[in-house]
Amino acid sequence: MTGSRLPAGGLIDRTKPISFTFEGRALTGYAGDSVASALLANDVRIVGRSFKRHRPRGLLSLGMEEPNAILNVGTGAHAAPNRFATELPLAQGLAVSPTRGWPSSRFDLGGVLDLWPTPLAAGFYYKTFIGPRLPGVRDAWNRLWEPLLRSLAGQGRAPEGVDPDAYDHAHIEVDVAVVGAGLAGLAAAEAALGRGARVALFERDIRPGGRALGRDGDPRIDDAAPLAWAEGAWARIADNPRATAKLRTTAFGLYDGRQLAVYELPVDGPYAGRIWHVRAKEIVIAAGALERPMTFPGNDRPGVMLASAVEAAIRRYGVRPGGQAVVFLNHGDGAGLRQALNAADIEIVAEVGPDETVTGTQGFGRLQSVDIAPLGPDGLPRMDARRRVPADLLATSGGWSPALALHLIQGGRQAWSEADGCFIAAGGGQDGVRLAGAANARFSAAAALADGHGSTAGGAPGPKTTGGDAAPSGQGLPLAPIAAERLKRQAFIDFQHDVTVADIGLAAREGFHAIEHAKRYTTAGMGTDQGRTAQLATAAALAAATGREIGDIGLSGLRPPVTPVPFGALGGWRRGALFAPVRQTPMHRRHEALGAVFEDVGDWKRARYYAAPGEAMAPAVARECRAVRTAVGALDVSTLGKIAVAGPDAAAFLNRVYTNRMDTLAVGACRYGVMLKDDGMVFDDGVVARLGPNRFHVTTTSGGAAAVLNWLEDWRQTEWPDLKVWLASVTEQWAGVAVAGPNAARTLAALAPELDLSDTAFPHLTWRDATAAGLSARIFRVSFSGERGYEINVPWRHGEALWDAVLAAGAIPYGTEAMHVLRAEKGFIVVGHETDGTVTPVDLGLSWLISAKKGDFIGKRALARPALTAPGRKQLVGLEPEDASVVLDEGAQIIATATPRPPEPMLGHVASSYWSSALNRGFALALVKDGRARHGERLFAWSLGVAHAVRVRDPVFYDPKGARLHA
Amino acid sequence: MLIIPCPYCGPRDETEFAYGGEAHVVRPDPAEDDAAWSARLFLRHNPKGWTRERWRHQIGCGQWFNLCRDTATNAIGPAYRMGDAQPPFPDRETKP
Ligand SMILES: [Zn+2]
Repeated sequence: MTGSRLPAGGLIDRTKPISFTFEGRALTGYAGDSVASALLANDVRIVGRSFKRHRPRGLLSLGMEEPNAILNVGTGAHAAPNRFATELPLAQGLAVSPTRGWPSSRFDLGGVLDLWPTPLAAGFYYKTFIGPRLPGVRDAWNRLWEPLLRSLAGQGRAPEGVDPDAYDHAHIEVDVAVVGAGLAGLAAAEAALGRGARVALFERDIRPGGRALGRDGDPRIDDAAPLAWAEGAWARIADNPRATAKLRTTAFGLYDGRQLAVYELPVDGPYAGRIWHVRAKEIVIAAGALERPMTFPGNDRPGVMLASAVEAAIRRYGVRPGGQAVVFLNHGDGAGLRQALNAADIEIVAEVGPDETVTGTQGFGRLQSVDIAPLGPDGLPRMDARRRVPADLLATSGGWSPALALHLIQGGRQAWSEADGCFIAAGGGQDGVRLAGAANARFSAAAALADGHGSTAGGAPGPKTTGGDAAPSGQGLPLAPIAAERLKRQAFIDFQHDVTVADIGLAAREGFHAIEHAKRYTTAGMGTDQGRTAQLATAAALAAATGREIGDIGLSGLRPPVTPVPFGALGGWRRGALFAPVRQTPMHRRHEALGAVFEDVGDWKRARYYAAPGEAMAPAVARECRAVRTAVGALDVSTLGKIAVAGPDAAAFLNRVYTNRMDTLAVGACRYGVMLKDDGMVFDDGVVARLGPNRFHVTTTSGGAAAVLNWLEDWRQTEWPDLKVWLASVTEQWAGVAVAGPNAARTLAALAPELDLSDTAFPHLTWRDATAAGLSARIFRVSFSGERGYEINVPWRHGEALWDAVLAAGAIPYGTEAMHVLRAEKGFIVVGHETDGTVTPVDLGLSWLISAKKGDFIGKRALARPALTAPGRKQLVGLEPEDASVVLDEGAQIIATATPRPPEPMLGHVASSYWSSALNRGFALALVKDGRARHGERLFAWSLGVAHAVRVRDPVFYDPKGARLHA
Repeated sequence: MLIIPCPYCGPRDETEFAYGGEAHVVRPDPAEDDAAWSARLFLRHNPKGWTRERWRHQIGCGQWFNLCRDTATNAIGPAYRMGDAQPPFPDRETKP
């Protein structure tokens, strides 16, 4: 093996080499490597390019802080953008590439942008909307800046095609859920199990141990080395039948009701990923801490790495990340790092002391030397006294910040702690959620263990540590003193978005003093790494630029997911046929066989029209309409909402929910009615049939059934609990076929020969129980087409048999589109077409439906409000286009002129519009201001730039006397 | 997702419930004036903090009930049946 792998050591299995590719180059790592550690071992120093300036970027970290090594994984439809190389376990055959850099990350043409820094300063994106104005270039944004930005920007490549992978969702409910299997998380899980709790423990890494994985020199725990203790604790937890312990699982969301969302990357098996929905009585966030890079000029050069990453490279992965190192820490916890550097035979060429700083770095694509200068009495570096040391590694640490993301996204607060040198959790959030360990600013091993274990009175004692312990003591802000503005432009705060100390200063000078404003103006912290390394530095720089304390600045807010999760995983099984529930009637197979084209009505699939082979929609609908008007048609009405209303007060109840009287309805009769909301607006309509003195059968619209039942239950339970009445949905108890047309009676007579169909024995708006096609049936004589009509209802399971019998008796199947044309010809409304929540029954010309003789009903009082009785309300009218061949657009605006000039007064809109084969012309229903007084007026229907002249008329186009009901 | 304690069924996931707006909004007598009715129809309190609101256990027992909820923190307080006495809000302070 070439590269930087040490001859021995590390938590890798050198007997298991793994091949992978980076930008097409074949490389090899070992089992136990992350993609990042394998790249480092192969001497790959440039892992990507920055977002704006396309500067070369190397690995900053080997953990969850990483802003640079964010890669595309896989190819084609399997591709996944924006995966963190530091957290991606190496796998055989993995193909990874940087998210940016063309033609390659090593030679990126976009890098020329870096030579032209001024227009890419803070607010560049916003400023290009209005300038910079270039002589001779008009419309510079559309012609120049946007194409330039688009060609160079981009956060990863989208997969080419539908994600072929399957993702699972699983649910688990426990007493205690623990996020993180570091020292604190393991102690918390063991303590909870000791109390008899059911526990779930989630660790994002491929091994338990947290910081023990990449670190030496921590105290012994229960007489074992820290990592050995962690592995033992993990094994004990995993063996406990009350515990679920999972590696490679990342908690990315924490929601109300202590619900954790966790993404699992399975090792193998049928799923590419799995989301766990976790409910817990108690949640322990032991997510660790994030190391902060120091901000100094040249801090983005490949070879500048976090101290913890250098230590982990050597201790965990057996990689030698350099040969000559400069150490630059702002706290006293450097012993472990020095031991690791010595163990890997890396020379420490310089340590930057407390009275010194780094003023620059050199090297093309790779660190070669570091400038170090003493601080003068003004606190700024003395540039005249700086020295240059050769180094290919700069191990830096600006201290540690607790990983608060899960705490913050559930409403938790944070506050600056001068003692800890970081923002810490400060209450807020849900009951039963606590932070532990480094996430709770308990940075030493002993403190983290004790915090995780918690204070359980009478419980088992927690893990005991022996030996020296280390924590970052006296850590300051991760902002090095910088002498000149020119140098501030090279001191990076956000590595992914190229935000520098100078950019924050510019934002402050331009008035963006609030952290949320400065963040958006500079885009600091807005990358796919969510600014984990940028947040604190942004606040520190803003504090310095505005002369305030960092605690008064605060950090910008966070939202879930706290780490990228594939869309496919979020969708899980809810894709394709499982995306939404589908309801089908018992005749569905018959519709399919007849060539039905379906439409969605609520969750239902309804046949819109039946196309004969080669037949288009318009002729099919015209043919179906003619069948109903001249012979007989059959429509599947099984989807109609049906509610059984029963009880001694059933009639009184219905009297209060419909505008017309229902108590006068005779047993055996039925009646059309509309329901209003209490504001007087039409809510739903349907037919009410009285089955007995105390029993009614109510139909609703197909899409509104659930909402109507919810609504009726509201009034029954909350406003009128004294009424003795009960409601039940019977929608799926009854399948129905509407038989309509001049031959409807003949068709029904063939099915139910014993039923007297004369107008006297079975008049319009009555119902009869009968045997039809050998089935027990309830037949309603109603019409939604204007023709003589019957709706035959049978038990749901017999729907197909009924349909077959009706068609065998000669009826032509028609769909919902023909139904709409036929009802519109009659001026019948459809809730949702002619109503939109602002339309009263008076507006619709249904005043005759409003009973003046009965007491209160829902909406009655509102109808008397001045706004609902004033002139100028939109009223239902019919429209005839002057050009009979025109079918108006639904939604077309009604105006008084063919040549509108804004602000042209809007008089109304087209609600429904169809071609009528019976009228041989286009026609429409519309809602027009004072429409009933405008019959005969010539207006214009305007849509998409075209105005058609229309004549306003009565909305009943066909058979206004209703003679055909008795044909 | 909230966990809502249905007073008839016990705690259940939020997805089983339908929200019904502010509780204890009195429907005036029809004889009352337009202002009283406008208030009933269109005005709600929308406070920050503890509220009483109506929910229906739609995919469950079907019952409407009242629930105390903190609109600032989404903390859930006691639920009580229609017509029951209003329980006091929990002690838990409202957090901004
Ligand atoms: Zn319930």
